[in-house]
Amino acid sequence: MSDTVSTTPKRPSRLAEFWFYFRENRGAVIGLWVFAIFVALAVLADVIAPFDPIAQNRDATLLPPLWQDGGAWPHLLGTDPLGRDILSRLLHGARYSFFVGIVVVVVAATGGIVIGLVAGFAPRWLDTLIMRIMDIILSFPSLLLALVLVAVLGPSLWNAMLAIAIVLQPHYVRLTRAAVLTERSKDYVTSARVAGAGRARMMFITVLPNCLAPIIVQAALSFSNAILDVAALGFLGMGAQPPTPEWGTMLAESREFILRAWWVVTFPGLAILITVLAINLMGDGLRDALDPKLKRS
Amino acid sequence: MLRYLLSKLMTFVPTFIGVTLISFVFIRALPGDPIIVMAGERGITPERYDELRTQFGFDQPIYIQFWDYLTGVLQGDLGTSFVTKKPVWDEFFALFPATLELSLCAIILAVLIGVPAGIIAATKRGKFLDRALMSTALIGYSMPIFWWALLLIIVFSGNLGWTPVSGRIDLLYFFPAHTGFMLIDSLLSGQDGAFGSAVKHLILPSIVLATVPLAVIARQTRSAMLEVLSEDYIRTARAKGLAPARVNGVHALRNAMIPVVTVIGLSVGTLLAGAILTETIFSWPGIGKWMVDSIFRRDYPVVQGGLLLVAVAVMVVNLVVDLLYGLINPKIRKR
Repeated sequence: MSDTVSTTPKRPSRLAEFWFYFRENRGAVIGLWVFAIFVALAVLADVIAPFDPIAQNRDATLLPPLWQDGGAWPHLLGTDPLGRDILSRLLHGARYSFFVGIVVVVVAATGGIVIGLVAGFAPRWLDTLIMRIMDIILSFPSLLLALVLVAVLGPSLWNAMLAIAIVLQPHYVRLTRAAVLTERSKDYVTSARVAGAGRARMMFITVLPNCLAPIIVQAALSFSNAILDVAALGFLGMGAQPPTPEWGTMLAESREFILRAWWVVTFPGLAILITVLAINLMGDGLRDALDPKLKRS
Repeated sequence: MLRYLLSKLMTFVPTFIGVTLISFVFIRALPGDPIIVMAGERGITPERYDELRTQFGFDQPIYIQFWDYLTGVLQGDLGTSFVTKKPVWDEFFALFPATLELSLCAIILAVLIGVPAGIIAATKRGKFLDRALMSTALIGYSMPIFWWALLLIIVFSGNLGWTPVSGRIDLLYFFPAHTGFMLIDSLLSGQDGAFGSAVKHLILPSIVLATVPLAVIARQTRSAMLEVLSEDYIRTARAKGLAPARVNGVHALRNAMIPVVTVIGLSVGTLLAGAILTETIFSWPGIGKWMVDSIFRRDYPVVQGGLLLVAVAVMVVNLVVDLLYGLINPKIRKR
C-alpha cells in the first residue's frame, strides 16, 4: 500500500526545525532538563517535602546536613535557626521562584509588546514620547527603582513582582518596536494593508508573529532576571516576608549565622544559582535556534 | 561632531526632566499625607500643618510645585534628611567617592580579566579552553551576588581570616579625608599599614561587584572578536604572513573593542544596582547602603534626592559613553 509518498522532501515543521537547532546546543538541552526537574520538584513539593516548610522545631535547631557529624535523618540538608527543615523550605521555595518568573515575564512582556507595537505603528510624536518614557525608566538602576517602588507600595512578594515587571518592561518595548520598524517596510505588510487589513489586525496578526523570535529570547533572560531580582529584594527585606520560604528571604534570615552554620546560607543560594544558570543556558540555546543570523544553514 | 553633540544633548534634557518628575511624584505617591511624611514630625497641630503646607508649597497648583522643585534641583536644593538634618546634596557627595572608588576598582578588575578571557576564548573557539572560560562566564552571569558575597566572607574572612568583613579601613587608623578615596587618603596620611588595610577592605567587595560585569564583558569580547575574525581584512592580514599575535592583538582587537566599550559604559547602571547589594553586605559606607538605610528609616527626602542623583549620574555616564563612542567610531556620528 503506497498512499502518500511524495518525491519532494517536506519542509520540516517550525517546531521540528526549532528543536533541531536547539538540540545542537548541548548546554541548552542540559539546562532544559534541569529546569524540567526543578519544575517537577516545585509541583510535587507537597508530596516530596519531608516536613512542613514553616513548622518550627525547637529541639532540632541548626542541625548540619546528614553527611556531617551531628546530622540527623530525615533532615537531609540540615535545619535552620528555628529548626525548620531546609530541604522542605527549598522545595516549597522553588514554587515561589517559578511563580515569580512566570508572573513577571507575562506582565512585563504583555505590557511591553503592546506598547512596543503601538510605538512602532504610531505617528512620530507618540513614538518619541513613548520611547522617551522608556529611556527615563531605563536611567534608573533596575534594583534601585524596584526598591523605591516597593517602598511606595509596601513590602510584599506581589509588590516586588509588580515593581520588577515595571522595571523589565522597557526592554520588551524597545525590542518589539525595533522589530516592528524592520517588518513594517516589507512587502507582505504592504500587501496586507492594500488588502484592507485594519490597524489592530496589522499589529497583532500580520506583524507580531514575525517579531517574536527576539522577544522569546528576552523572555528567557528576564525570567532569570526576575528570579534574581526578587531574591535580591527578599534578601534586602523588601520582597516576600518571613516565614515565606522564598529563597532570597531564607538567605536574609540566616545571614547572622553564616560563620557558624554554612549550610543555612549555602543551599538557598545554590538553588538560586542552579535555577538561573539552567534558564540562562536555555536562553542561549533559544537564541541560537531562533536567530536566523546564527543559523548555519 | 557638533551636530552629534547637540542631538545627544537634546535627548538628555527631556530625560532629565522626566527623571525629576518621577522623583517629584515619588513622595506624593507614598501612602499617607505627603505633608506629614515630609515634615517627619509627630502630633502635628492644625496650625503647624497649615504652616508646613505653605512652607512646602502644597498650597500652590501642582505645576508650580513641580517647577519650584525642578529649579530647586538645578540649584542643588534637594531637601534635608530627617535623620541627620543635613542637606541631601551634601550627604550624597560625601558618600559618593566611596561608591566611585569601589565601582572603579570593580570595573578595572572586570576589564583586566574579562577582555583577555574573551580574546582567548575567541581564538580557541570550540576548544576546551573556550568552553571552560565561557561556562565560567555563564556561571558568573547567573550568580546571585548577595549569596556570592556571603560565600566569600565564609571562606576568606571566616575560615582563612585573610580579609576583613566590613567597612573601608580598620578602626585603628584615623586621618582626614582629602579626596574621599580611601586608597589615596591612606597613602597621603603616611600612617604605617593604613594603605594595606584599605586594600584588604576593598578586595572582597570589588570581586563581588565585578562578577557580573566581568562575565558580560568576557562574553561580549568573545562574540565581537569572532565576528571580526571572519572579516576579509583579517584573512588578508593572515595571508600577508603576519604573526597570529599581531593579527589577533592589533588588527582584530581594535575593531572588536567598539562594542565592548559600549558594554563597559552600559554596565554603570548594573554596577550601581550591584553596589546596593554589595555595600549593604560589606557595610561599605557608599550611596547604595545609604539609599537602602534611608528606605528602611523612611527618610524620604534622602530617598527622593538620592534616586534623582543616581539616575542623573547614570545618564551623565551614558552621555559621555555616547560621545566617546562617536569619537572612536565616525560612522555613528554621521547617522
